Amino acid sequence: MARRRHGESAKSSLKGLSRRDFLKSAGFGAAGLAGAKLLEANLLAAQSGPAASDEIGPGPVPLKLNVNGTPRAIAVEPRTTLAQALRDNLGLTGTKVVCDRGACSACTVWLDATPVNACMVLAVDVGKRRVTTIEGLAPEGRLHPVQAAFVAHDATQCGYCTPGMVMSCAALLARNANPSLDDVKRAVSGNLCRCGTYPKVFAATLAAAETQRGHP
Amino acid sequence: MSGKSSTLGPGMRADTLPFGIPGAQAPGATLTTVSRAVAENEPPPLSPNSDLRVVGKPVPRIDGALKVTGRARYTADMQLPGMLYASVATSRLPHARVKSIDMRAAQAHPGVRAVHVVKRVLGVAVLRDKSAEMPADFPIVRFAGQPIAAVAAVSQTAADEAAALIRVEYEPLPFVVDVDEARKPDAPLVYPGPADQPHTAGGGGGLQNLPQQGNVHGPARNERGNVETGFKQADVMVEAEFRTQVQTHGALETHGMVADWRGDGLTVYASTQSTSSVRDELAEIMDLPESRVRVLTEYMGGGFGAKFGAGNAGAMAAELSRKAGAPVRLTLTRKDEHLSTGNRPNSRQHLKIGATKDGHLTAIDLRCFGTGGVGTGAGAGGPAANMYQCPNLLVEESDVFTNAGPAAAFRAPGHPQGCFALEQVIDELAEKLDLDPLELRGRNDNSAVRREERRIGAARAHWAARRAPGADRGPIKRGIGVAQALWYRIVNLDSACEVRIGRDGSVELLSAVQDIGGGIRTALAQVVAEELGREASDVRVSIGDTAYPVGPPSGGSMTTTSITPAARAAVFQARQAMSAALGPFFGVSASEIEMRDGKVFPRADRSRAISFRQAAGRLRTSEVVGRASRVADYEQPKQLVQYGGVQFVELAVDTETGVIKVEHVVAVHDCGRPLNPLAVESQINGGIIQGISYALYEDRRLDRNTGLMVNPNLEAYKIAGAFETPEIETVILENYLALSSTDAGGIGEPATVATAAAIANAFYNATGVRVRMLPMTPAVVLDALRQEMRA
Repeated sequence: MARRRHGESAKSSLKGLSRRDFLKSAGFGAAGLAGAKLLEANLLAAQSGPAASDEIGPGPVPLKLNVNGTPRAIAVEPRTTLAQALRDNLGLTGTKVVCDRGACSACTVWLDATPVNACMVLAVDVGKRRVTTIEGLAPEGRLHPVQAAFVAHDATQCGYCTPGMVMSCAALLARNANPSLDDVKRAVSGNLCRCGTYPKVFAATLAAAETQRGHP
Repeated sequence: MSGKSSTLGPGMRADTLPFGIPGAQAPGATLTTVSRAVAENEPPPLSPNSDLRVVGKPVPRIDGALKVTGRARYTADMQLPGMLYASVATSRLPHARVKSIDMRAAQAHPGVRAVHVVKRVLGVAVLRDKSAEMPADFPIVRFAGQPIAAVAAVSQTAADEAAALIRVEYEPLPFVVDVDEARKPDAPLVYPGPADQPHTAGGGGGLQNLPQQGNVHGPARNERGNVETGFKQADVMVEAEFRTQVQTHGALETHGMVADWRGDGLTVYASTQSTSSVRDELAEIMDLPESRVRVLTEYMGGGFGAKFGAGNAGAMAAELSRKAGAPVRLTLTRKDEHLSTGNRPNSRQHLKIGATKDGHLTAIDLRCFGTGGVGTGAGAGGPAANMYQCPNLLVEESDVFTNAGPAAAFRAPGHPQGCFALEQVIDELAEKLDLDPLELRGRNDNSAVRREERRIGAARAHWAARRAPGADRGPIKRGIGVAQALWYRIVNLDSACEVRIGRDGSVELLSAVQDIGGGIRTALAQVVAEELGREASDVRVSIGDTAYPVGPPSGGSMTTTSITPAARAAVFQARQAMSAALGPFFGVSASEIEMRDGKVFPRADRSRAISFRQAAGRLRTSEVVGRASRVADYEQPKQLVQYGGVQFVELAVDTETGVIKVEHVVAVHDCGRPLNPLAVESQINGGIIQGISYALYEDRRLDRNTGLMVNPNLEAYKIAGAFETPEIETVILENYLALSSTDAGGIGEPATVATAAAIANAFYNATGVRVRMLPMTPAVVLDALRQEMRA
């Protein structure tokens, strides 16, 4: 049992926001048009963390996370980001770390239904929110429609941005069943791809939306 | 089979191969056949793609599912038992003598298992005469970001903390980071004497042993005819200066290695474009036979020319692993990736071209220099020297050393910058001559494939409907521009494959070649599947491991060109062995056995077909194997065979804000026989988007007062994203060259060569103003528009 009192810190508002949280969140401003929404998500993440009086660390602290529907118990230093915890502690290396400062969205995971940059969230601040990573987007051995469309439309090259792209696009389809091309661009406007695979990301996501709506 | 057998040497036969471009309209470009002398054990000629089942068809990547589920494992994802994490201390000064390095505090930090002080910096130019410099205990620091020392610890955070405890005492030296300042006679010297950068597998590093004065290394001269005579014959001339910036590679996965030193050798997982060159370089650094070094690259997160060889990261990881007796993972930070792993040099190009009234070029004179920091390779003369027929040419290219991170090969080294100048001057000449820019190109360009590409692209892009420069009255001005690309067919003969057919019907291809995202894994599966009558997804492709037959480096668009003929030769051998085993069963000779649609049957009687699996079950041995190396191209032309490419760009310029938005690109390209149009198209998209990024956004900025990069990240170093991506229409020509058993070529480089130039020409068509500087940021655009208004 993590000794956080999640949900009790609403009163603390920015008080519970550590310097590191602030700096990391501030770095979001440059992350593109999706930045505002993600910034909000990360402020929420910070707010639902421990109040200032709950001093923990600097050594490892026990922590429970709900990841891909499974409760996981780990011990991490409070400074550990969610991305580090997923990759190093839980072996979920599908979540990629590229810039480690919220500029590229390669590490996009969902907290409940909200896509966030896992490099900008401290693991101890996740609380009871469900974490969904690329490995948990679809049941083992199956592909989410966005994943299937990425394969069919060749929306990967080196593949390093792909998990983040998929998570952003799948989140879009969860909140908008009938997105326009511009909606897709907005959804991945924070996701950098150095190979330049964007056109096929757009095509794949629009095709996946059609599949989901039942017009394959 | 045609051809004169009398001219054939022993062991040779004459084959008839497809040659030309199906559907071409330009004279001399249409599809025909040609006879070539080929070795008798070569596979038979492959038909044009229209007659094939798997090759040339859009095949989804066979590793697609692994990539979209996050299960593809990259170097940065590796976790070995007992693995340590490394962190690197780098210089904050751009030029200094290191007086002392104190590792004690770092070594004593909890969790630290090994420390290492860098004794030799890789990837940089080295003095021809070492005695030109005072002996020193440590390498001279010549750029901010140069690695000094490294630590390995039980966690990344422990390693980072320890690296911060390394104490370095410097004696600062005068430095220069600006290319124009560095050329001055009294500029601080980056190297106290002539220095050269060793070549890399990707074509990095410039010419060696050129004269050097101060920081200026060169010029290298390329001359034909006499330009003075040529300019006297000219009726019109255009002369202009062009400036381009430094671009960093920015692969999403930074340079990284996991080194696992054991008593008897070294195993390395590497984010590399060349498993074989990492092996060779590590063997040299660690003083091991090459056979004791094994390099694995199953998946890698992007390579655009800077990931060849062990590099400093690999050398440090290996040294730390040897000292710690444990595997060590070293992945560079994003900042170090910008600072120290390579870049596309900037350029200052003075270009003058003359032409006759009827539009024939009489002379091309290009003087260019640029800085690759403490490396070389700033030459930008390739396009000027090789695109157009011109009897008189003078190209002089110089490198200027500055106290900045070394250049490395970067997607078509020198060519995007060279095209940016050349293709704008060609456009200006066309205007002076009152000729359609495509017509002027046609009169001076011998390439049949580019002729066809101009024709197709012009129709798709509605070129004929283009308007006069600056035709829009409002503040948003739209325009269209065109530019041409060229690249070269490069073949690496040290490329080999093994193909195994198992008694269970399995098919596996093995090679050390690495898939850097271009999709060679799938292309190899297609080549194998085609030969055996299977599907690409039936073939297991095991690559990226030097335990397998050697693979070529993935640079210079040479991967597909080099490795696929070896794959086809290997699968052909394996198929022959399988057919030989089945001959008695069918009662026919091996050569009469057909493999098609997953079935095996005698050619004369398809009713006797059995499944491939049943057929394999009849093998006497548990497997049959074919193994082959790349043979030389069937014909060796006097000059490098060129790939073409023509791109049309439509864009909008907001003349009030200076913002350029590329709206539509039509790209017509060729790469010999395209094996997988789906993947070729992806690479063309990528080349264009990287080209847009280069033309409009990217710029490595160094502060000239401190020598530090001010934007070593991904928010201030701007890379094109989703909203900067235009609508892209690609057309991929089949251009049969009859040069190898697959006749395939690469597309990585050509796709990015023309884009910046096409954008600049479209900008002119939109505004009537030339921008001769990259990146074309709003400030640059507004400045150019203002200057024009004054003029």
